[in-house]
Amino acid sequence: MALKEQDIKDIAHLARLGLDESAQAPLAADLSTVLELVEQMNSVNTDGVEPMAHPGNAVLRLRDDTVTEPNQRDKLQEVAPATEDGYFLVPRVIE
Amino acid sequence: MDIHTKSLAEQAELLQQRKVSSVELCQHYLDRIDRLDSQFNSLITVDAERALAAAKRSDEKLAKDEGGPLEGLPLIHKDIFCTDGVLTTCGSRMLENFTAPYDATVVQRLQNQGMVMLAKANMDEFAMGSSNENSYFGNVINPWKVGTVPGGSSGGSAAAVAARLAPVATGTDTGGSIRQPAAFCGLSGIKPSYGRVSRYGMIAFASSLDQAGPFATTAKDCAMMLQAMAGFDERDSTSSDEAVPSYTAGLDQSLEGLKIGVPSEYFAEGLDPLVAKAVEQAIEEFRQAGAHIKSVSLPNQGLCIPAYYVVAPAEASSNLSRFDGVRFGHRCDNPVDLEDLYKRSRAEGFGDEVKRRILIGAYTLSAGFYDAYYLKALQVRRLISDDFQKAFNDVDVILGPTTPTAAFALGDKKDDPVSMYLNDLYTVSANLSGLPAMSIPCGFADGLPVGLQLVTNHFEEARLLQVAHQYQQITDWHTRAPEGLD
Repeated sequence: MALKEQDIKDIAHLARLGLDESAQAPLAADLSTVLELVEQMNSVNTDGVEPMAHPGNAVLRLRDDTVTEPNQRDKLQEVAPATEDGYFLVPRVIE
Repeated sequence: MDIHTKSLAEQAELLQQRKVSSVELCQHYLDRIDRLDSQFNSLITVDAERALAAAKRSDEKLAKDEGGPLEGLPLIHKDIFCTDGVLTTCGSRMLENFTAPYDATVVQRLQNQGMVMLAKANMDEFAMGSSNENSYFGNVINPWKVGTVPGGSSGGSAAAVAARLAPVATGTDTGGSIRQPAAFCGLSGIKPSYGRVSRYGMIAFASSLDQAGPFATTAKDCAMMLQAMAGFDERDSTSSDEAVPSYTAGLDQSLEGLKIGVPSEYFAEGLDPLVAKAVEQAIEEFRQAGAHIKSVSLPNQGLCIPAYYVVAPAEASSNLSRFDGVRFGHRCDNPVDLEDLYKRSRAEGFGDEVKRRILIGAYTLSAGFYDAYYLKALQVRRLISDDFQKAFNDVDVILGPTTPTAAFALGDKKDDPVSMYLNDLYTVSANLSGLPAMSIPCGFADGLPVGLQLVTNHFEEARLLQVAHQYQQITDWHTRAPEGLD
């Protein structure tokens, strides 16, 4: 499927990815070529084939409901761009 | 000192016999890194002080006859593995200043075995690429030929071992990112079965495909490394609790009676005749060593790349949503609101290929397209996996070329994503199916190494390593190294 610049704009918004206007046309062309490649899948009939999301069909494991992690808030927040009193700072959301 | 020409197993012996100390060995490699890596740009971070301190601790242990077979041996980690207190960039501007607050399980396990980390290797950004041209920290040059790519995404790890800047390195493989650079750089590299090696602390690209594994010059060294890396980890929800056998015990078994399957689909259009010739020569050597060669068919092989380029970007777009400029990683200056913070931080932090894949993933997962792309890809994935199971009813190992060509020139495919993607033609199927696969050197094409790929059934790494090791007993391709790097 050939993507238009507007499609790129819409997907980029879904992915919360800022894009320059000038990047949209080349991306539309690149992604259309990739989709064309991907659409070769349509050459095979997959009616009734069980989808395989994961190799080995493993079932998610459950563990005992016990505390395993120590409190490392300060260490983990050292790599955060902006924190205050143990909170992550973001621009004001509620006026 | 020419100790860098020796394999990991040989160096281990010298350490155990106290003929060389870990400090001497590590210093020797650090000197080589200092002297040679400006040609290759294979490393992002070198931490000599930390390495020598660890080597000293190993020497103290060795003096007391303590420590296992890997005690005091140096290695390089791909910069995708979190290392407590050491920069972990994943090849991205997004993590340019990210010092990991904990160790990946792979890092922890190898450290527990006494291995000494010398450096962190360059890579394609977030492991997305087949040439290492997508790194924020610059291209990596293949030590075999100036102007040639080392492959990707673990291109730095492969180039470093090829240049003998370390005896071994870790890598990760989502669609071929260990095997393809191993092939391009004349190394042995193994991607284990899905679930065999813990993914904890390994920055996620596509979680149902990612696996970690080693690069080395020999299959035996790969076996020693995998022995330390493999095993159940409760911190990885898809880690397998299948028992880990000895990977070295059976290496000396002969190839007599081994059934090797050769898929005709691997020798179709797009395969360089010189690569085909080297692989056919390898098949003949296996035959002479007593293996039975059988033709097998993987009829859906042609759909591997299409299915992969739905599954991998879909999982990537979901995994990479964590990079939001809030908790870690790059944050834009002066965001006006939350949406601006997300959008600009991600626009500035990610490179072009990462953006492409996030967008493809977001598109194929979006309402209205999910069934046509994502669900369809998962069904095709099942067909691809079933093809292998059918083939393994008749044969023990599947063999073919690792890549359609030897290493290509820098810039050759950079502006054409589809031609770059086709480089993974023979490797992605093992990831989609979760099978263990390995690349070992089997000859040269115009002076550049050619890789032979071997694939076995789930959790049959021991057999894979045995077959590779036996091949290396009757050939000497794995002993070749780039010239002029003394």
